[in-house]
Amino acid sequence: MSAHDTFAQSHGAREERMHREPEIRLNVEQASYAYSANAQAVPTFTLGATSFQAREREIVAILGPNASGKSTLLRLIAGTILPLSGRVELDGEETSRLDVKTRAQRIAVVHQESSIVYPALAGDFVLQGRFPYGRALRFASREDIEIARNALAQVGGEHLSKRTIGELSGGEKQRVILARALAQQPRLILLDEPTLHLDIGAQVELLERLRQLAQENRYTVVVVTHELGLAAEFADQVVLLQLGRCLRVGPPATVYQKELLEQVFEAPLDVEIGPAGRPRVNLRARRGEDIT
Amino acid sequence: MRPLTLRRLLWTCGGLAALLLACVVLALKLGAVPVSVTDLILDLGRIAIGRANELPTEYRLIVFDLRLPRILLGILVGAALSVSGASFQALLRNPLADPYVLGVSSGAALGSILALIFAPGYALVTPLGAFLGAGATITGVYFLGRREGQLDSTTLLLGGIISASFFSAIIMFLMTTLTGRDLRGMAFWLMGDLSTPVSAGMQWIFTVGLLAGIGAIYSTSADLNLLLTGEREATHLGVDVTRVKLVVYVCASLLTALAVSASGAIGYVGLLVPHLVRLIFGSDYRLLIPASALCGAIAIVLADTLARTIVSPTELPVGAMTAMAGAPLFIYLLRRGLR
Repeated sequence: MSAHDTFAQSHGAREERMHREPEIRLNVEQASYAYSANAQAVPTFTLGATSFQAREREIVAILGPNASGKSTLLRLIAGTILPLSGRVELDGEETSRLDVKTRAQRIAVVHQESSIVYPALAGDFVLQGRFPYGRALRFASREDIEIARNALAQVGGEHLSKRTIGELSGGEKQRVILARALAQQPRLILLDEPTLHLDIGAQVELLERLRQLAQENRYTVVVVTHELGLAAEFADQVVLLQLGRCLRVGPPATVYQKELLEQVFEAPLDVEIGPAGRPRVNLRARRGEDIT
Repeated sequence: MRPLTLRRLLWTCGGLAALLLACVVLALKLGAVPVSVTDLILDLGRIAIGRANELPTEYRLIVFDLRLPRILLGILVGAALSVSGASFQALLRNPLADPYVLGVSSGAALGSILALIFAPGYALVTPLGAFLGAGATITGVYFLGRREGQLDSTTLLLGGIISASFFSAIIMFLMTTLTGRDLRGMAFWLMGDLSTPVSAGMQWIFTVGLLAGIGAIYSTSADLNLLLTGEREATHLGVDVTRVKLVVYVCASLLTALAVSASGAIGYVGLLVPHLVRLIFGSDYRLLIPASALCGAIAIVLADTLARTIVSPTELPVGAMTAMAGAPLFIYLLRRGLR
């Protein structure tokens, strides 16, 4: 093979790579976990081997009823617990092996509710997201303040900056918490039941904003939820868990099957395919069969 | 957004330091023997330039050998108690935490008394015993306050208060069995009292330990800000929670132990002072820690001056003064928190 041929080949390969889909960013490979009271005891809860992959700009929903292992999977991805077997990699590095600062620069975690002991201004709260980039006493630099301001603007909360967290509504609070995650400038955003305390309007607004942010800022987003409808509408991929077992992984259209969902969520429901090709879930009341 | 800047930090601390100096002059002036302020400032200046010999002897004895060391001790004790109070409040995420309320002061007192009984005659034995007592107490109270893996605020405070009364009972028992000791002095010391002078060697240990403790806690002040939003969240924001907790628990216990071994269990300063500082300057720990140290010093100097003068010529223990101001505030904060 001549030198010219080799060049042409590698050039072609590069060409091809540029047109291919973006590379895998998050790789969860046969990751499992077990909780137990002590090392000898039988585990009280186990999460069986779970695998899925996500690229940038993708939204993955981890779906399942209570005690199905959703939050455990989220903590494995966040790298705060070590998998019993398998691995979780972000851009090729295991998340549990990153040091705590580096991890915070790459992964942001948004919890259901952030409890605040002392009143803090929303703006200062968002500025906390710059912590992993700071030095010893971490006085905010002009750049930090600019980034925090932009983060707040991206969630539509410029006007909230001077208000204290305590006086915000549930939806506004959730936006400020999301802004703090954006200020971390992460590659991966993890959300644990972000819609739990929100009314329907705020839920849709939050997920729409997430989809838009994932596009603009090239985040990978993983959301833990049990809102079947919202996940169907917004997720690119769904990971369906039941009692610590990963049942299905795939786009909502393939995972949302009537019998499967009825069995997992123990509720009678109908699944139909909407105009955009996304499934829709309708709950049915049990008629008479349970009333004796 | 109003983030803390170095400038604001320095201005605030400078202002408070000036206020502290004014309080020191006031405390030197007031007492059984009145002294004029101008004389005092001039004399302080003379001492500063090393011409202390020019002062009249009797006057120098009262003002600079009796009052000044007591004031300096008060400054150290006030700073130590306030900073350890502010630290416990962040670690336990409880605005009512304070070394006295948590029983840490009583634990330190018991530790130092036990050390005195079993190994008398060694210079360092009291602060060391106090440190062990303080460390054991905060560990115990921490685990008492845990319920199903969560730190429960009410259980924690109750655990602290009960431990404090338990330790006081043991101290009472030990005191009555120890015949020949000065019971009134002991009772004063238990209430918290600055009238017993500290030996010169101990003063050095005290100052160095205090600066090291406050310095170490201050180096984690940015982490403490995040720890207040919860340990899990702090971890996700890049705080090494285990390391920070270890450093701050050890240093806060050390500060309490030093304060108690010098002046007994002065209550509520660690509650009162950080709370006022928070009201005035906000709850950023990078400012809260040094401001609490300075305000704690001011509070103890003022409280001790009151204790010396209010029923003159008799003296009250300074702990009685702080408890009179602190206990009502504690109840107010508790009621407000319950609503």
